[in-house]
Amino acid sequence: MAAAGKQAEEILEKSKKAGGYIFIVEGGVPTKKGHGTIAGKEMLDILKEFSGPAVAIIAVGSCATFGGVPAAKPNPSQIVGVTEALKKVGVNKPVINLDLCPVNVEYLVGVVVNYLLLGKLPELDSFGRPKMFYGQTIHDNCERRTHFDAGRFVEKFGAKEEALGYCLYKMGCKGPMTYSACPKIQYNDRVSWCVKAGGPCIGCAEHGWPDKFAGFYERLPDVKMVGIQATADKIGAVAAAATAAGIALHAVGTALSGRIKGEKEGGE
Amino acid sequence: MARITIDPMTRIEGHLRIDVEIEGGKVKDAWTTGTLFRGFEIILKGRDPRDAWHLTQRICGVCPTSHAHTSSMSMEDAFKVKPPDNGRIIRNIVEGCQFVHSHILWFYHLNALDYVDVVSALKAQPKEASLKRVQEKLKAFVESGQLGPFANAYWGHPAYKLPPDLNLLAVAHYLEALDMQAKASHLSALFGGRMPMTMTSPPGGSTHVPTVDGMANYLFRIKELMNWIDNVYIPDVLTIAPYYLDYAGVGKGHANFLSWGVFEDASFDPKKRLLPRGAIFASDFPKVHEAKPEDVTEHTSHSWYKGTQPLNPAVGETDPEYTGYDPNKKYTWAKSPRLKNKPMEVGALARMLVAYLSGQPTAKKLIDSTLSAIGHTGKPQVLLGVVGRIAARALECKMVADAMYQWGIEIIENVKKGKTEVYTPYEIPDKAKGIGLWEAPRGALGHWIDVDGKKIKNYQCVVPTTWNVCPRDDNGVRGPIEEALVGTSVVNPEKPLEVLRVVHSFDPCLACTVHVIHPESNRIMEFKVS
Repeated sequence: MAAAGKQAEEILEKSKKAGGYIFIVEGGVPTKKGHGTIAGKEMLDILKEFSGPAVAIIAVGSCATFGGVPAAKPNPSQIVGVTEALKKVGVNKPVINLDLCPVNVEYLVGVVVNYLLLGKLPELDSFGRPKMFYGQTIHDNCERRTHFDAGRFVEKFGAKEEALGYCLYKMGCKGPMTYSACPKIQYNDRVSWCVKAGGPCIGCAEHGWPDKFAGFYERLPDVKMVGIQATADKIGAVAAAATAAGIALHAVGTALSGRIKGEKEGGE
Repeated sequence: MARITIDPMTRIEGHLRIDVEIEGGKVKDAWTTGTLFRGFEIILKGRDPRDAWHLTQRICGVCPTSHAHTSSMSMEDAFKVKPPDNGRIIRNIVEGCQFVHSHILWFYHLNALDYVDVVSALKAQPKEASLKRVQEKLKAFVESGQLGPFANAYWGHPAYKLPPDLNLLAVAHYLEALDMQAKASHLSALFGGRMPMTMTSPPGGSTHVPTVDGMANYLFRIKELMNWIDNVYIPDVLTIAPYYLDYAGVGKGHANFLSWGVFEDASFDPKKRLLPRGAIFASDFPKVHEAKPEDVTEHTSHSWYKGTQPLNPAVGETDPEYTGYDPNKKYTWAKSPRLKNKPMEVGALARMLVAYLSGQPTAKKLIDSTLSAIGHTGKPQVLLGVVGRIAARALECKMVADAMYQWGIEIIENVKKGKTEVYTPYEIPDKAKGIGLWEAPRGALGHWIDVDGKKIKNYQCVVPTTWNVCPRDDNGVRGPIEEALVGTSVVNPEKPLEVLRVVHSFDPCLACTVHVIHPESNRIMEFKVS
């Protein structure tokens, strides 16, 4: 914005009095005093002040939704996402969460346009994320899925298999456990996205990221659960075994069922 | 004497508070304050080092590729691994796109409104059809009553000097630039997956394997950007500058400059980078000194930390301790980095001056022709100040965009010769230490990593805007922006447009500035707000 300081604050005050706005929040909310202030006010208090008159609150990005990287262990500034911050200050209002690091701008525009055209908020999942963007996993829509199904993987970075577009599962891709429309909507005017360029998914759309998937290059199913202490390893071990078996069987099954057979015959 | 506080500072990245004392219509003293604290170095402790180049990108979404590359380089230094030639070039391209995006965005969307009066554009009398359409669009927008980002600003301030027709042209280009800066980000995404938060630059090189169609897709896009920079951005700077030449000496500051160098040469010699490594001191301008990480210390006497000694980041030991805002004692989260105990300005002006005075041929040609164009042939010292920073950013943008095309050709030539490697594999040793030194669009960037038991034991970042936006050091010497503000004329303290100009000329990014601090201590922090 062109204005700064006092003039910028005047605009905020005017908006608050007018009310009826869509309140978009970027960034997590520090709850340790002195760690985050604007114009001498704590960010938490600013959030409380401006969420009241809003008709809708949209939290954009991993930090505003669930804390993101600055809230990762040990969370030095005790940063929380907007939903949790609002609970702390006693504001009860629904929040649309656009988790992703960074937020995909098409998701934001899509939600705002949806509201402007239909006059209502989109259907949300249990994490407050619009189902239209977060209803399926990356794995569900990935352009490299046929390679996964046929057991064709990139085994080393920089290998020619990458140029052939083979699956990045073995390089640590978290696509199977990440709900987001990245393969469809992509990034930057749809010119590319992580997997397309050769970067395995790190699961940044998920609640609990990054700790949930930390050790990004470790192949799934070594996925740790956030917030559950002693039993996490046990739960993880059971889930891991099942998933590992599932994925392994799936790949092997496809190979044996004859899809690769077709290729071999063609090649001979 | 008037004391004014500007909080929030806008058209920057992050959270910055500026205090100035104005006496006799000029700034007598100034204080810069970073008001947000997150703690990245604390968060990195104990983690898999290979996660660091992803996590440190989240220090800031404006120059994440710079953090990715610096982090990967610190590990390459620690683990003794070198990317293959194509890996080096792809990373240069990913970085270069970010520079081009950043400088276009800065000139038009962060900086221009300090010099371009949007409301005055309505009084223009354009003859050309597309300019008429822009004016109509602007008129409708203003008449709607909802001025959006242009609301409640300083329109009509006597410090605006452009005639209405030039204001209108600038507004038209401001709108075009919204698309162009996005296009530069698209280019980064072609190789890195997305911008911000690039996905293909780990230690070892690149995980993007170039293809024929991919390179063709890249080459025509970079050409479009090169043409726009040459035919719109640079001419805009040269057209607007004459109306503000009285700003040439404003905001000079200490006039010491640091560049770690950026855009790796095939030799991996930092003095041969496209924008080379070096340091310049006002005391013996124009000599170019060696810039060494051993000469870096961080002072904390005016920052919210315990500790009495300035320390090198490799052995940094700091305890955060918030004691409230006191301009005579401690008043910011930012530490004071110093090189050989001197405050250093970093950024495009620093890089271009180091390049020019080191004899880098492209920089020499660009700066010499610019100096001639403004009637100061052979006098680079005229660039010290606000106007010089604006000019340096534009010239650097062109230099980088032009190089990006050549790098694309280099990759194609390599592939033709059968040189297709992009990544060098490595093993993480049990114990290792390394330093990565690079440049973000805003200036000198360093990551120091210490690995023990294959996990991160210690991680330190000394980042661009900390160099610029820091407070006084242990000797009471002001930081670069504070010093640059002293002496600035302010016509109306209620509308401190001139203060904005000086601060904006540094292109500050506060997310970087206050990313943390720390290491050794595990003390729980207690904070009181006074």
